[in-house]
Formats: sequence, structure tokens, C-alpha cells
Amino acid sequence: MVSKQLGKNEMLTSFPDQSGHFGPYGGRFVSETLMAALDELTLAYDSLKTDPEFLAELGSDLEHYVGRASPLYLAERLTQQAGGAKIWLKREDLNHTGAHKINNCIGQALLARHMGKPRIIAETGAGQHGVASATVAARFGLKCTVYMGSEDIQRQSLNVYRMKLLGAEVVPVTSGSRTLKDALNEAMRDWVTNVDDTHYIIGTVAGPHPYPMIVRDLQSVIGREARAQFARQHGGLPDAVMACVGGGSNAMGIFYPFLEDETVRLIGVEAAGDGIMTGRHAAPLTDGIVGVLHGNRTYLMQDQAGLISETHSVSAGLDYPGVGPEHAWLKDIERAEYVAVTDEAALGAFRQLNLLEGILPALESSHALAHAVDFAATLKKDQNIIVNLSGRGDKDIPTMAKIDGISIG
Amino acid sequence: MGRLTSTIDAVRARGQKALVAYIVAGDPHPDQTVDLMHALVAEGVDIIELGVPFTDPEAEGPVIQLAHERALVHQVTLAKVLELVAAFRLEDANTPVVLMGYLNPIEAMGYEAFAQQAKLSGVDGLITVNLPPEEAGPLAVALQDKAIDPIYLLAPTTTDARAGLVCRASRGFVYYVSLKGTTGSGSLDVTAVCERVAHLKAQTPLPLFVGFGIKDGATAAPIAEVADGVVVGSAIVTLMGEFEASPQALKSAVIELVRDIRTALNASNA
Ligand SMILES: Cc1ncc(COP(=O)(O)O)c(C=O)c1O
Repeated sequence: MVSKQLGKNEMLTSFPDQSGHFGPYGGRFVSETLMAALDELTLAYDSLKTDPEFLAELGSDLEHYVGRASPLYLAERLTQQAGGAKIWLKREDLNHTGAHKINNCIGQALLARHMGKPRIIAETGAGQHGVASATVAARFGLKCTVYMGSEDIQRQSLNVYRMKLLGAEVVPVTSGSRTLKDALNEAMRDWVTNVDDTHYIIGTVAGPHPYPMIVRDLQSVIGREARAQFARQHGGLPDAVMACVGGGSNAMGIFYPFLEDETVRLIGVEAAGDGIMTGRHAAPLTDGIVGVLHGNRTYLMQDQAGLISETHSVSAGLDYPGVGPEHAWLKDIERAEYVAVTDEAALGAFRQLNLLEGILPALESSHALAHAVDFAATLKKDQNIIVNLSGRGDKDIPTMAKIDGISIG
Repeated sequence: MGRLTSTIDAVRARGQKALVAYIVAGDPHPDQTVDLMHALVAEGVDIIELGVPFTDPEAEGPVIQLAHERALVHQVTLAKVLELVAAFRLEDANTPVVLMGYLNPIEAMGYEAFAQQAKLSGVDGLITVNLPPEEAGPLAVALQDKAIDPIYLLAPTTTDARAGLVCRASRGFVYYVSLKGTTGSGSLDVTAVCERVAHLKAQTPLPLFVGFGIKDGATAAPIAEVADGVVVGSAIVTLMGEFEASPQALKSAVIELVRDIRTALNASNA
């Protein structure tokens, strides 16, 4: 069914096409001022991605600075509790700065340096991508400005202070809904104004071409490692690979190296918030409409007039009305499946992993865990699921404490 | 010939430069929009550019962002904007109206439905800020069917090769964004803009209008020396915010500003 959608010599891994499209999705929907910068970035990336020196720099930093490879860990007690397939965790929570976001930031900071841009900017929701951007800016001696919705600044004060310690300027965004999507708008505005000396590090597989491709490629280290580790530690291929989907970068990163492995089910888990039926969620693939936002065509949460809806999720990192265009395409051609998990179920999985495995997961990753446990129960004991544990949950402790009515000052 | 081209030709025949005024439809209140449009025309505005409110106006500076938010409070959707244009047309059959907005509301309505309803309402042109010509094919076809002019933007960063593409895709006029930045930001380097405009004009037979950074008569006049027209946006929209609570004071302030710019344009061409 999948192969019918592809041309004779096309492979799933050969997308996007020259103009940045994944089927009808993706593309480049930006104001004219940015077109030249996107062309420049595309050219720079095309020449660097096969450049041995660049790849050596990237590889070295991923190993010695980020701490890769991250382990693939068999969660035995969680598996037992779920009572079905074995659950393996890809431990992106053990990366420097505590999430997968740094894989992308290291690569893009190197790109910025090669393009001779001394300043980077980023948007952030939970603050994880902002922290990772501020971190690589410090590491490479770049100036860094991070845009963050004023709502999120309130919710994530720890990460705001952390970015400041790293020498970054954090700019509150007070327009629109004052969350991640508005931070992205503001970062685009900065970029339009300062395009000569500034590189914009988008934090997920969204935005105009070439961003969805670059971020995916840089995050694919997750899937390449996981595929090789599974073959070594267990043998063969897993039956399913699962990840949470906000913009979709940790999911694309772990899916991509498995795209051509037809027997491996790829399952993305969106945030159902209070429940899909309530409308208060952040699950555009589950309950969205195709449209254009932030430079690409994809599924969006929007109303009938084409205005973008406000989203809801307990996890700030999933609280985004769009999703990377490659996911939109993988959904349509049925190479990947997408489901949604409520706040309540994610919170349950968050507690469960602490109690059963001694691992504190990010609330984002807890969405994938919640579905993995349910899904494992439907499979046989000799089957295997890999879950991308995209980040650690230290940043979420204040949120959890508040839910539990505990004051931790 | 469309209303846009015939108007621009007539302005040129009078030895004048075109004055384009931008306001966001429904800002500060939809009840004031049509009246403000007529007031603009009465003060010598040749073309009205009407912003279509959007939740995520990513190319706008703070002044115009707030205008979008003010209009959205009153549920001014794309369909409502078209109603406002139709209401304007009841009393003004001559002044071209160009919509300026973002692609998503048009996608949501559907390209053909939009083109048809826009035509019926009396819309003459369309600027879609986040739609470069490379992605515009299907919409351009729908617009052409209804003789609505697509207008694309040129930026300081646009290469000559792209400028050719942008000009070939445009109808009516081409819009040169004179600043790297959002609407309302920075101040203009008039000499640089004039050089660039002269260079671009050599590449296209279409009239070239300049916008972004033109605030008053003093900034408009030197640009009009080289361009075929100027677009004034944030300066007018600033007044909408300032006089939000007082429709009469707002109208007077808008009239005063536009009169200053019209006078300066006419003087510089005299
Ligand atoms: C730990 C973690 N996981 C997942 C996400 C969601 O982003 P994406 O879907 O791009 O992986 C975030 C975003 O902040 C995050 O911090």
C-alpha cells in the first residue's frame, strides 16, 4: 500500500523532494525576505552533510560533549507490569542538557559557524530547546537570543534562569496566545530583521524547507543507534518503535532509520490533553485540518475560518498546533500511525516509570510510555517495542508537585 | 483592464505618484472600517490595502500585530472582510482594494471559493505575505480565472534571478519591501532604497511600489521620486491603537496624516 504512493525509484527515505515537499506537505511558505537565507542554508547544508571534516566535528561533539551513544535499556519491571511485549527505552534523557534537543542544536551551531553567522536565535516552549541552544552557543562562542511566550516563562522559570546562566538573552513574547507558536512567530521576525548575521535554530522538524530535513537528519542519530543496538543486544528488528510527537523531532529522529523496514510499526503519540472530544488538546494529526503555518503545509489545529486554535497539554513541549510535514505525509501514506494520550494517562506513566524503573521521564516522553504500556499488552511476550525516552523530567517536578498539592518552594 | 491597472495608469497620466494606504479590516472595530476607507479615498488615497486579520501574522511588527488582535476580538474573519469590501463598493466603484494577508484563511475557504467571493465583493488584488511564487501555482490559477491580480513582494535580499520570477508572477504592480525586518520597524536608508528601486525598475514593465518604513510626507517624498507609488501602513495603524476609544478623533488623525503625505507627494512631483 505504501509503495503504490511512491514513484519507481523513490524510497521513503529519499524525501523531501528538491523543493522541500513530502508529497503535498512541507514546502516553503515564508515572506520574500527569508527566501535568500533559506537558499543559502540549503546550499550550505548540502555541501556540509557529506563533508568529512564537518561530520568528524559533529561526531566528536556528539560523543564527547553530548555523551552519545545513549543506551538502549530493557525495562524489565515495566515490561512485566504491562504483561506483553518487551519494552526497550532509548535513553535520550541521559544526553547533556537532558533531552534529544541537543542533537539538533550541536549540528545547527556547527552549520552557523560554517556559514559565518556569529549569532543564533531559537524559540522555546518548555525551555528544553532554549536551554540546548543556549548551551551550544556557550560551547561555540556564539551570541544567543531565545524567544519564549510569557505564559511559558511563568510556567518554566527554572529553565529561564538556566538559559540566563548560560549567557543567553531570553525575550518574553506577549503577542497572541503567549506560548510556543507565538515564540516561533517572534523568532521569525527577528530572523527577517537580522538575517545577515543570524542563524535561526528551529527546535523541531517544522518550519520552511530545509528545516524539517536538517532537523530530521540531525536527530536520526537516535534511530541509527537504536537500530544497531537492538540488533546487537537482542537480534533482528523490533516490532514497533514509538515516540511522542510535539513538532515531531524526536519521533522523526527515531523513525527515519526504520522507514524502509516494512515489518516495524512506527507509532507517534500526540497530546490528547483533556481528551480529544473536549477540543482541549494538541493533537493535529489525530484531530486537525491541513493548512499552512510557520513556513510549511501540514496538519494544524484551526477553526473553520483558518485561524489557528489554542492548544492544551500538561506538557509544554507538546503544546503546539502544528506538526512536522513529514509526519503528515507518513500518516497519509499509512507508513506511520498516530494516536493521542491524555494528560491523565501521561501523568500515570510518569509516576509508573519512577516507581518501576527508577527513571524520571519528561512529561512529553510520558505520553509515549503510556501508550507503549497499553500497546505492549496487545502483543506477544516474544515481541519488542522501542520507546524513545526523549528527555528527563527534572523540569517537570514543579508541575507534578503542584498537581500533588506539595509546596517545594 | 482591471481596476488596479486603470487606476495606476490614470495616476501616472496625471503626473502623480500612487498613494496606497494599509489598514487592517475590523481595526479598531468593524463598524468603522468602511467609513475609514471612504475617508482615506477622500484625502487622495489611490488604492486601499486591507489587511486580513490572522492569529499568527509572522511578518508584522508589534503595531500591526496588535491591529490583527484588535480585529480578531470582533471575529473579523476572511468572510467578514469580504463583506466589508462589498459594503465599501456600494458607494465607491472606482478605488481598487487589495487584500493583504496570510495563506491559511484562504486555504480554509478554498482557493476557488475565495476567488469567486472576492470578485463578487469587489476585491482587485491579493498580497499573500507568506506565499512566494514558487508555492503559488494553484492559487494563481484561481485568481486569474476571476481577474484578481496577484501581487508578490520583492525584498532587499531578493537576488536578480528571483526578482525576475517575482515580477513575472505579479499583476497590477510589484511591491518592494524596503526594509529587512517586520512592518513598522527601523528607519529607511533612502539612498539605498532609491538605488535598489531604480535597479529593479529596469527589470520589469510593471509599476513598482515601495512600502515598509514610510511614515509621513518627509519619508514618502524622496521614495516617490523613484518609485511609482508608496504604501503607508504602520503609521496609520499606530493611530488606530492610539485613538481606539474615540472614532471621531481617530478619523481626524488619519485624515491629517494622509493629507500630509498626499501633499508631500504632489509637491515633490510638481
Ligand atoms: C523531552 C521532550 N520531548 C519531546 C518534545 C517535543 O518535541 P518534538 O516532538 O520535536 O520531539 C520536547 C519539546 O520541548 C521535549 O522537551
